[in-house]
Order: sequence, then structure tokens, then C-alpha cells
Amino acid sequence: MTVASTTSDAQRTMSFTEIGPAQRGSRSDEVVLAVSPAFADFFTQTIVNIPHAEVIRQILAGIEEQEVAARVIRVRHSSDLAVVAHTAAKLSGSGIGIGILSRGTSMIHQRDLPRLSSLELFPQCPLLTLETYRNIGSNAAQYAKGESPQPVPTLNDQMARPRWQAKAALLHLKETEQISKGAKPVEVQAEFSSAAPAALS
Amino acid sequence: MTAVAPQGSPLDGVRHSLRTEVLENRPVNLDGFVEEWPEVGMVAMDSPFDPAPSVRVQDGVIVEMDGVARADFDFIDQFIADHAIDIETTEDSMALPAVEIARMLVDPNTSRSEVIAVTKGLTPAKLLEVAKTMNIVEIMMGMQKMRARRTPANQAHCTSARDNPVQVVCEAAEASIRGFSEVETTLGVVRYAPLVAMALQIGSQVGEGVALTQCALEEATELELGMRGITAYAETISVYGTEPVFVDGDDTPWSKAFLAAAYASRGIKMRFTSGTGSEVQMGNAQGKSMLYLEIRCILVTKGAGVQGLQNGSISCIGVPGAVPAGIRAVAAENMIASAVDLECASGNDQSFSHSPMRRTARLMPQMMPGTDFVCSGYSATPNYDNMFAGSNVDSDDFDDFNTIQRDLQIDGGLRHVKEDDILAVRTRAAKALQAVFDYLDLPSISDAEIDAAVYANGSADLLPRDVLEDLKGAQQVMDRGITGLDLVKALESTGFSDVAANLLAVLRQRVSGDLLQTSAIMTPALEPLSAVNDANDYQGPSTGYRPSGTRWEEMKKLRHVTSASNPEMEVE
Repeated sequence: MTVASTTSDAQRTMSFTEIGPAQRGSRSDEVVLAVSPAFADFFTQTIVNIPHAEVIRQILAGIEEQEVAARVIRVRHSSDLAVVAHTAAKLSGSGIGIGILSRGTSMIHQRDLPRLSSLELFPQCPLLTLETYRNIGSNAAQYAKGESPQPVPTLNDQMARPRWQAKAALLHLKETEQISKGAKPVEVQAEFSSAAPAALS
Repeated sequence: MTAVAPQGSPLDGVRHSLRTEVLENRPVNLDGFVEEWPEVGMVAMDSPFDPAPSVRVQDGVIVEMDGVARADFDFIDQFIADHAIDIETTEDSMALPAVEIARMLVDPNTSRSEVIAVTKGLTPAKLLEVAKTMNIVEIMMGMQKMRARRTPANQAHCTSARDNPVQVVCEAAEASIRGFSEVETTLGVVRYAPLVAMALQIGSQVGEGVALTQCALEEATELELGMRGITAYAETISVYGTEPVFVDGDDTPWSKAFLAAAYASRGIKMRFTSGTGSEVQMGNAQGKSMLYLEIRCILVTKGAGVQGLQNGSISCIGVPGAVPAGIRAVAAENMIASAVDLECASGNDQSFSHSPMRRTARLMPQMMPGTDFVCSGYSATPNYDNMFAGSNVDSDDFDDFNTIQRDLQIDGGLRHVKEDDILAVRTRAAKALQAVFDYLDLPSISDAEIDAAVYANGSADLLPRDVLEDLKGAQQVMDRGITGLDLVKALESTGFSDVAANLLAVLRQRVSGDLLQTSAIMTPALEPLSAVNDANDYQGPSTGYRPSGTRWEEMKKLRHVTSASNPEMEVE
């Protein structure tokens, strides 16, 4: 039997609607955000139970506040963050992409960099907050405009290992089960809906 | 503490007992635990998907191992079959029941060399089967006998969150006088490495203990610093138990063996690193248990001709630590490394648990029987300064560790040292570094910086350095080709002849090659101590290493011990 490890009243839910095959963008002022195979699908929240809906909202808001356009795609053939983020960058009209895995690990990538390189990497998913995600969106948009923003500040926590290392491994393995070999990326539209308010208490 | 709240939500609207609240708030509940999932390798040592042991030899070649025909070997199978397993004895050894081999490991009447005569012919699956028959106490019995060096030792991490060389020289000197036989550093800003490695090397040679040093960096730089004699050993050469994970790191067992040979060619001590959990962590365990894959790493190390291995999960400890019997598997991997006659630097070197009880329990299977290096390493600084991302034990734990040694009369390699003596070596070390930097025209170190570093607990207590100037200085060290011998000359010319003599003695070992022997360390008398001149001779009660004589007297000392002759006083 499994029981929920935490209870959280998710205030907002989100689903992605497939629009069609992901295409290479033509406008130079856009950032492409690529989500992993199980993001907002099999999984609904990050490793520290931040709802995927809120994460997406903040990343998109961060891009918008820089007056840059955003497109969202789902990468279906890999759960490797470098592949997810590099796919986004290669399809982006500006050459700048963001990749995010279901557990929250993220990366800002650039089309012309080697796949295993990146502009900014956020490896410690338990320490990423909604503010971090907004900053990731904002920084990506600034790179898209040709600017050189200060890297997004992140926390470091040596006790993250005993708390999260094994769960991160499980989440990675589960996400890897969700990949469809050879499937092409699809463009998706995020649709948000506010859940009914939690019962009065 | 983690930056997030405890696992259970106190706001779930359900009434809980006060006891549940107390238990919910215990540090152990900040640790992560997961259910087993053998199909993907999320299992410590007992997976239905591990292979059954087998071996077949034809014309002097292993043609089948653990159910796989030679034609289907991956490169790890091939390397192990061709280089790690003794062809002459393997069929006889494999014919012995696993439980009989396990009994040999535990039985005081069987000598270490008799066990090795058998283990050298065993395949990974057979070694796993042997370990599976052993409980934690039997694993510790096996470790006590199979450890290569008779005298146990310990290793320290000496790092600085600010990469401050003045802090590192002080920490290395203190670690050395506290008894550590090896000290290791790494960096936040990698370009700082030459200055910090020099600080480590100089600090470790001040005072009566002499520790060997290493600086963990990417492999090429680490090798260069070693060849120049700015470091004395290397250990961060990682090997993995599945082919895809190995290939992910752009490596093969042969490329690692080649690197090992490069170190050996200059007389530099080196060991490989591996550990349970790395393959499943990287999502490529091929459905095998963590211990089975780690045994493959142990045999790759053996096959490469390397004298030793750092294992005990290391940076993946959160993975075996989260599954049932994980810490038993970690103890078993150390024992198996020793049982195939490798030096074992046995982990306990990464932040493992929020619970002090659990941290101690994780340490005992190595500290009680003794290993070549109980920790690899113990953080000689507060964990906030530990640039290896924290250790299982840190400088806050020194007095606890010394007390446990005294309580149980077990030797974890450390001793209590009076504050006066510690301040004296820290001061002398910092002054030596000041003199060497000055002599070599590197960024100067002020007396105020020395004063702050000598009395500091961690980097938060230091005076800030001009980082940009330091980084230029670090580049100078590389550009001007400064070597360990230049450090000896600088020390000798600036009045630190004793430190110069110690460092020269360590460098001379490179020529004799004595530090290439299994489990080599340096004694305070500047003699190498290894499995050659200090072979483990444990064979039951009253044999083998037991703390006695001067060492035991030293271990009796603690910070506060009431004097028997005058109970109003404490023992000095």
C-alpha cells in the first residue's frame, strides 16, 4: 500500500495540451522551455512537492517580464537534462532554451554549446524555490536578448544528500520509465485551472 | 539541517499524540528512506536479478563467468576475467560453497593468506554470495583479519569554504598532530589549487606526525601536481560497475589502468575510488544490486594492479543509506576490498545522516575492526568548510571520537592533543607558509591573518584574502614550474629546516617506490609502514593489532579526566 507522504492543498492545477510537432522557431526574441516526459503528467510536483503548475507559471512569468516570447515543448525521448535543455535550445529562435525535469532539476542551454555544457545548471533540485524558477526564466530571456545576466544565485546544503539523494534516484528511474524511444518533441500549451478552495477549516 | 521542514506535515488537520510529535521532530526523520525496487537496482545486496556464480576455463582463458559466455562479456567482465581472477585457482576456489568461504573469513584458525589464496580465484557473483551469508558482526570479524596493514590509520579532509591557504596550512598541521596519516583537499575555485595544495603539503610536514597529501581535482591537473611533488598520493580515480556508467565518464577500465600506471611511473601512491549506489544513482544499474556492481569495481581495481581502493559508497551514501540493509552492504564492500588484498580507505567521508546515533552506527563497522583508513576522510574542519560536501564526522566530533576510542579500546588513528600544542603547530605551519610565499614572490600573508587562522574554528573566523591576487599567484606556481623540491629549498632557506627535512623524506619515497606498496603510510620516524613491513597477523584472541604501550597511554588522554592522585585536579 502507498500513502501520500505529504498533504498539500494544490491551489492551481495545470495540464499540457499537445498542439503538434515542435518546430524550430523563427523569431529571435523567444525562449523555448522543454519539460521532461513525465512533467505535469505522471508527476505533478517537484521533489519538494512544489506543484508543477506553479513552477511553469513562474518560469513563464520570468520570461514575460523581460518582454520575451515563450514556447513550451515536451521532450519525450529522454530523461537526460542535458538532452532536454539542448533540444529546447536547438528549437528556439534565439538559440536559448530551458530544460526542466519532473523532480525540478533545471538548466539554461544555448544552441551552439556542446550538449554536456550549459549556460547555467541548477543541479540541487530540493533547494530550488519558486523565486529561483522565476529568475531562471528571467535570465534565459536576458540571454535571448543578447545580454549577460548575473547567474541565478542558488543555495548549497550539505545535508541534502542524506535527505534527498535516494528519492532523487527513484524519481529519475521513474521518469526514465516514461520515455518513448524515438518520439519527437511536441509543442504544448499550458492550461491552468484554479482548484476549488480547500474545505473550510 | 536541511533547508526544508521535517517530512510529516503538522498541519494535516489530524490529531496526533504528543509522542508522535516528539518522534516526528527527531533528526532521523530528516533523513530519506525509500522502498526497494530490485528491477532497477534500488536494492542493497539481495536482488533476484543478480547472476548466479559460475566459471569455466579453457586453454588458460576464462570462457564463462557468472553465467555469461565470453562472447557476451561486456568490457568490465572481460577486464575482470583477464586481469583480476587467478586462472590457475579459480575453478577450485569457485567449487567451494560460499558459506565455507565466509566461515574462513570469520574463523580465527584460518590465516589471512589462506583466505586470499581462495578469494583471488572468485568471480563477482561468488564474492556477493559469500557476503550475503554474513551478518554485520561477521563482516566486522572478516574486516579485522583481512585489513592489509596491521596498524589501522585515518585520513582527513582539510578544505576551506574560501579556499584560504592560511586556513588549510593550519588545518593540515593540526590534522597531522592529531594523528591523521593522510590529508586531502579540494577546492571551491579550482584555479586556487596550486596554492592550497602547497599549503596542505607544508602544513602536513610540521610537527612530529608526517601525513601524505593529495588534492582532488580533474584528473590531468591532479596528475601534474603529483608529478611535481606538490602532492604525495592520488585517490579520486573513479571506476564504475556497469559499462554505460563507465562510458558516460568517457572512460574504460583500460584508460583507468593507464592513468594508474602514470602515477606509478613516478613512484606516486594512488588508489581508485568506487562505491555502492553510484550506478543506480546514474540510472544505469542494469537491474543489479548495489553490492554486486561494487564488487565488479573492486575487481577492476585489482585487475588494474592498483594497490588500493577508496570505497564505502562515498558520495552516493544517501542511496544505500536509504534502503534496507544498505549499511551492511557498505561494510561488506569494505571487507571484500580487504579480502582481495587491496588497501581499503573505508568511506565515512560524506554527510550521511541528521541523526548523531545513525552517524555513529554507520562508523562502527569500520572503526571497531579497524581499516587501513577508517575515514577517507574525516573532516578536520567544521562541515561548513568541507568542500567535499561534508563528512560523516567533522572537527566538532574530535572529542567524541577520542572518547569512543578510549571507551572501547579501539584505534581509529586519532589522539587528544593539548590546545597549547595545537596552537604551536598551527602557528609554525602558518609562519612556514608565510615564509615560503614570500621566498617565492607569491601574494604575502600578514601576521594578522596568521593570528586569525591559528585561533579560528573555520573560514568564517578568517581575514579575507585578495582572491584575484591569489589566483594570479596560483597561476605563477604553474607557469614557473614550481615543484616539491622548490618548496624544500624555500623552507630550508627561511629557517624551517625540520619541515624541509620532513618534506624531502616524503619526496625521497618517490624514488625508492616504497609508498607503492599496499597500504603505505609514513611513520613519525619517516619510515614507510605498509602491508610489507607491517602485515596484518590477526588470528584470533590475543593476536593482531591491539592498542598497547605508548599508543594506549596516549589514547587514555581526553580533554577532561579527573586525576586519581588528586581528584581536585584533572590529568594534564
